[in-house]
Amino acid sequence: MSDARSDIFARIREALKVKAPKPHLKTDANPGKTSTVAKPWLPDGGETADASLTILAEQLAKLKAVLIRVPDKAAAAKAVAELSAAKNWKKVAFHGHELLRPIAASLPCETWEADASFDKQRLEGCDAGITTCESIVAQLGSILVSSATSGGRALSVLPHVHVVVAEASQVVPDLGEALALAKARHGDQMPSMLSFITGPSRTGDIERILVLGAHGPKELYLVLIG
Amino acid sequence: MPDSKAIFLKDATVNAADGDQRAFIRKALGGYYTNRDLQKARYRDWERARDAASLAKWSAVNDLANVLEKFTANFERNGGVVHWARDAAEARAIILKIAEDAKAKAIVKSKCMTSEEIHLNDALEKAGYGVVESDLGEFIQQLRGEAPYHFVFPCMHVKREAISELFTKHLGTAPTDSPEELTMIARRHLRQLYVDADIGITGANFLVAETGQISITENEGNARLTAALPRIHIALSGIEKVVNNLDDLSVLLPMLATAGAGQPMTCYNTLYSGPRKKGECDGPEEFHIVLLDNARTRLLSDPEQRDALHCIRCGACLNVCPIFKNIGGLAYGTTYQGPIGSVITPHLRGLKQWNHLSGASSLCGACTDACPVRIDLHHHLLHNRRNAAKESPTLFDRAFHNGFNFVIKRPWLFATGGRIFRATLPLLQKLPLPYMGAWMKTRDLPKAPSQSFRDQWKNQNV
Ligand code: SF4
Repeated sequence: MSDARSDIFARIREALKVKAPKPHLKTDANPGKTSTVAKPWLPDGGETADASLTILAEQLAKLKAVLIRVPDKAAAAKAVAELSAAKNWKKVAFHGHELLRPIAASLPCETWEADASFDKQRLEGCDAGITTCESIVAQLGSILVSSATSGGRALSVLPHVHVVVAEASQVVPDLGEALALAKARHGDQMPSMLSFITGPSRTGDIERILVLGAHGPKELYLVLIG
Repeated sequence: MPDSKAIFLKDATVNAADGDQRAFIRKALGGYYTNRDLQKARYRDWERARDAASLAKWSAVNDLANVLEKFTANFERNGGVVHWARDAAEARAIILKIAEDAKAKAIVKSKCMTSEEIHLNDALEKAGYGVVESDLGEFIQQLRGEAPYHFVFPCMHVKREAISELFTKHLGTAPTDSPEELTMIARRHLRQLYVDADIGITGANFLVAETGQISITENEGNARLTAALPRIHIALSGIEKVVNNLDDLSVLLPMLATAGAGQPMTCYNTLYSGPRKKGECDGPEEFHIVLLDNARTRLLSDPEQRDALHCIRCGACLNVCPIFKNIGGLAYGTTYQGPIGSVITPHLRGLKQWNHLSGASSLCGACTDACPVRIDLHHHLLHNRRNAAKESPTLFDRAFHNGFNFVIKRPWLFATGGRIFRATLPLLQKLPLPYMGAWMKTRDLPKAPSQSFRDQWKNQNV
């Protein structure tokens, strides 16, 4: 008996002997580098850095994510500490990154570098998770995190609140650029997880009514430096 | 009449007469239309973006062998294990074997229509594993013991009171009529289950050949948790889900969200490449993918309808379909409901038993207009009707077409027939007509004109 793999490939090759016509297109679109070809048709991500930041702010507001813009690292630490006090966080987990260590040190509560001694039960008990990110997509308001820049897979999704600290220079106009950047940075050594986070976790499963915080974080903060 | 058809006709008749439920579904979809239009308006050219999305899928599906080979080679290079399943039984056996080898006890699943297609939960439960659906809608449907109503919005037909009762009965929680409180009950209940599960099972929305990554789209974060906490991650996917490269996702991901749910982007769009890497602090130790044929190659061998494999399961065609909105998702009796389900189910499960779905369409074309990858849905429904008539014509089909053929070739007979028909129409209006019972129940025959069209044409004063 032949194995399933070769059987399936034989079926595919047989099926594709008859060619299907190219799809009936309304326009002159061409296959090829999709992100360049399709870029002018997709939602605008801004031509300049300033335009991108404006679009980003609009998108995040619509998604009910909170954007906090600060001039420098010290101000970022202060902003997160204020948030922590206001929300009365007791335990906060953070990704072990040079940008985040001083911020964690300034918090008025128990903090834990989650990736140094990972423990899922302990992470489940944390009020907030603080991470960095790969890039931020202005066009859609998406934040690209990865297992490399965000303390693994669970830190950015298990705690009830997710705080991302990033530099304004990490904002890219659109999804195509964010993907190209990740490819250029990691080559064929991609982190095992890359995730575009677009607003706090949500569901509309009950009567199509929007509820935030389905399984992931109920609140999402982006602290943007510069 | 096959059972599937009898059930369809019965359910459809009952549901179409339930004005309350229909109003509820219309209301539930109201917000979707508004949001979808708002998001579509942000596209600088939605029609061209549809062309690009369509081409991205077309080029992968029409080169499926090469693209799949590339995907699996890269998937393995990333440390994942690839399994192939010709049909549902093989896919179930593979997953049961992985669970057995791992000595697993608890399994957590995130939404995966392919697993509904192969009836995976039944098989796992029979083998003694605890299986829990973590997507809120799927969780509710699992507790109800009912199949999903809509493959994107599984419990959109269930009112909050019913969900509250369900939770009180199964989870012992206090009744509430707040969707937010109900969502939090499910959140609290499922949290510990993720932490305790040995195996996480997910689907895949796209398989990226260039990098060997799989892409999963979701709103709740349950798939993220399912792929983060358990020791083993199994992804189950149809072979047609491949795309050539990451670039294609820059069009497909936003369009999937906008067409399907009226969002700019679904909340979590995650790419996984392999199990936990060296230096990473969490993630599964094993990552398996089960690639399923299950008659997809049969659809592939029909060049006329091959584009039905381009489907990205956004659900847009259901949301705009007048039939879906009136008869509801359960009447179809299929894994994939609505127009796309009516197109592919006859290919996947047999034209003879499922051809009645080809008639579940007004041919208005709303589905074709809504489809982000430009699948020619309503013409495919016509193609299926034609194929069924060719493959196994009923006695009525044959008698009717032979009779029609005979009459239409003889103008004198056609004219005489018309005269007789016009004269007897008032009588016919009072008689129960054979084959027309269902149609006539809610309709009247029109009044007969005094002259035939040909006479009117001849006598007109132009
Ligand atoms: S057929 Fe088109 S509209 Fe329908 S679910 Fe598939 S991709 Fe969406």
